[in-house]
Amino acid sequence: MVIAAKNLTLAYGKNIIVKNLSLAVGPTTVTALIGPSGCGKSTLLRTFNRMNDFVPSFRMVSGNIHYRDLDVYSNQVDPVFVRRRIGMVFQKPNPFPSSIHKNITWGPRINGFQGDLDHLVESSLKRAALWDEVKDKLNSSGLALSGGQQQRLCIARAIAMDPDVILMDEPCSALDPASTARIEDLITELKDRFSMLIVTHNMQQASRISQNTAFMLNGELVEYGTTSQIFNAPAQRLTEDYIMGRFG
Amino acid sequence: MPIFPLKLTPPIATNSLKAAARFKTRLSETAVIRFLQTCAWISILTTIAIVVILGFESLVFFKGVPLLDFLTGRDWSPLIEPRSFGVLPLIAGTLVVSLGACAIAVPLGLASAIYLAEYASPKTRSLIKPTIELLAGIPSVVFGYFAITTVTPVLQFIFPTTEIFNAASASIVLGFMVLPMITSLCDDAIRATPRSLREGGFALAATKAEVSLDILLPASMSAIMASVILGFSRAIGETMAVALAAGSTPNLSLNPLTSMQTMTGYIVQVAMGDVPHGTIEYQSIFAVAGTLFVMTLSLNLLSQVVVRRFARQWE
Ligand SMILES: Nc1ncnc2c1ncn2[C@@H]1O[C@H](COP(=O)(O)OP(=O)(O)OP(=O)(O)O)[C@@H](O)[C@H]1O
Ligand SMILES: [Mg+2]
Repeated sequence: MVIAAKNLTLAYGKNIIVKNLSLAVGPTTVTALIGPSGCGKSTLLRTFNRMNDFVPSFRMVSGNIHYRDLDVYSNQVDPVFVRRRIGMVFQKPNPFPSSIHKNITWGPRINGFQGDLDHLVESSLKRAALWDEVKDKLNSSGLALSGGQQQRLCIARAIAMDPDVILMDEPCSALDPASTARIEDLITELKDRFSMLIVTHNMQQASRISQNTAFMLNGELVEYGTTSQIFNAPAQRLTEDYIMGRFG
Repeated sequence: MPIFPLKLTPPIATNSLKAAARFKTRLSETAVIRFLQTCAWISILTTIAIVVILGFESLVFFKGVPLLDFLTGRDWSPLIEPRSFGVLPLIAGTLVVSLGACAIAVPLGLASAIYLAEYASPKTRSLIKPTIELLAGIPSVVFGYFAITTVTPVLQFIFPTTEIFNAASASIVLGFMVLPMITSLCDDAIRATPRSLREGGFALAATKAEVSLDILLPASMSAIMASVILGFSRAIGETMAVALAAGSTPNLSLNPLTSMQTMTGYIVQVAMGDVPHGTIEYQSIFAVAGTLFVMTLSLNLLSQVVVRRFARQWE
């Protein structure tokens, strides 16, 4: 297993958000995380790479998370190292207000990358299916791109770190259908190389791009299985109701 | 007994509905608006009056001294024969003192701002911020006095050639006078950067220092530049502390350990001295003030241009 959460209970202050949740994600798979708004998907996702460390009220009440054989929340583990192996793409594209080139090279550079930066830029942008559109303006600002291009730049930036896992929190929710389709293609192409965990509200998207699906409700994991099983033969009534759009 | 003893709106007969709905001149409201308008205009008129008087009196001066001689002359001795009205030594004094102040206030202010915005806990912050603002409330003359009685002796101890009145001590106290403004504006600028930017940095395995220095600082650079320009403009216009500390020897020099006269320093000296009104040396303070006004106005406009560029950035 690449990521394994065990009996996880998470809270902001006194509010328990995620309850006794266990979930394991294997190598080179796309796992979709679905569930109604406010059920704790983002909270869970951000816990995997310790992004919630920046939320002062966040508490891990119980349980543990392992990335391969590393205990992610152990005192001996540097969160910066965890984030080097587990990258993240956010809901709203958030390129740095600097050149496309710097957007890609900054992360690897501060983490001791020694190789050829131009080559890194080219290969990352190619893998993010953005190269052809920006190869002539690598020195212009990342903010000057369209929303869909910005999101692909953020994916390219995450890929450039050569992570093991990429977490994506509703990566297409701010995008138009054409850009969404491009990013879905991209995710499918990247899955041979990375494990990906993707939060989405779009059932079609989950069924198109993921191999496994986890359904969460009120902070609990209701059902977890292969995507075809969850969508075609859900074991739980709640899962079926949610997928059929009867609530949420 | 009526249930509602107070009737807010009297009942309206259908045929008088139009009459009731018609606009009424509300006397009290008109009076309030007029009063507020007048107050706003007072400051506008004051500004215009000052500019007009400055321009007019300067014109009188420039009838006696050609503008070009004034702006390019390297010798300023308005009170002693042979008179000479070359403003460059005053501008040089002003720039040396103000640049020196910025050399202190900008690094210190920026560092404090980064600390306040990114590192300080809310509790530390609530302690440091008011203290820095307290610094801004200390009267200028106290800073000047402090320069003479404390800063200069220390400078003389380190550099024995330091004169009693010297530009360096003026720069140092002026730096601390400008510091609160620069700190506070830079702090605002850094805190105005979106959270998503920080998260983007942290998600790329950056440390807090890397995010602050490599991402947030460049991202708020235009607002930081604007605050530096404003601080510089404030330093140029500052009078009392500088007049006390830097002395009144016009000096076209870059040595901060010697006495220098700034533009403001000269204006105080003449305005408070016994120079008879109407003489050319009295008129000269208007020319100097006008030059100073043009400088600070340009700097303030420049900072606004920079700020406007910044405002567009996070839309
Ligand atoms: N920083 C925070 N501080 C306090 N409470 C928070 C914080 N972030 C989220 N919450 C609360 O935690 C709960 C779960 O939020 P979370 O963002 O994980 O939901 P989600 O499943 O991602 O929802 P959505 O689909 O709308 O993104 C919500 O009730 C939210 O109000
Ligand atoms: Mg969410």
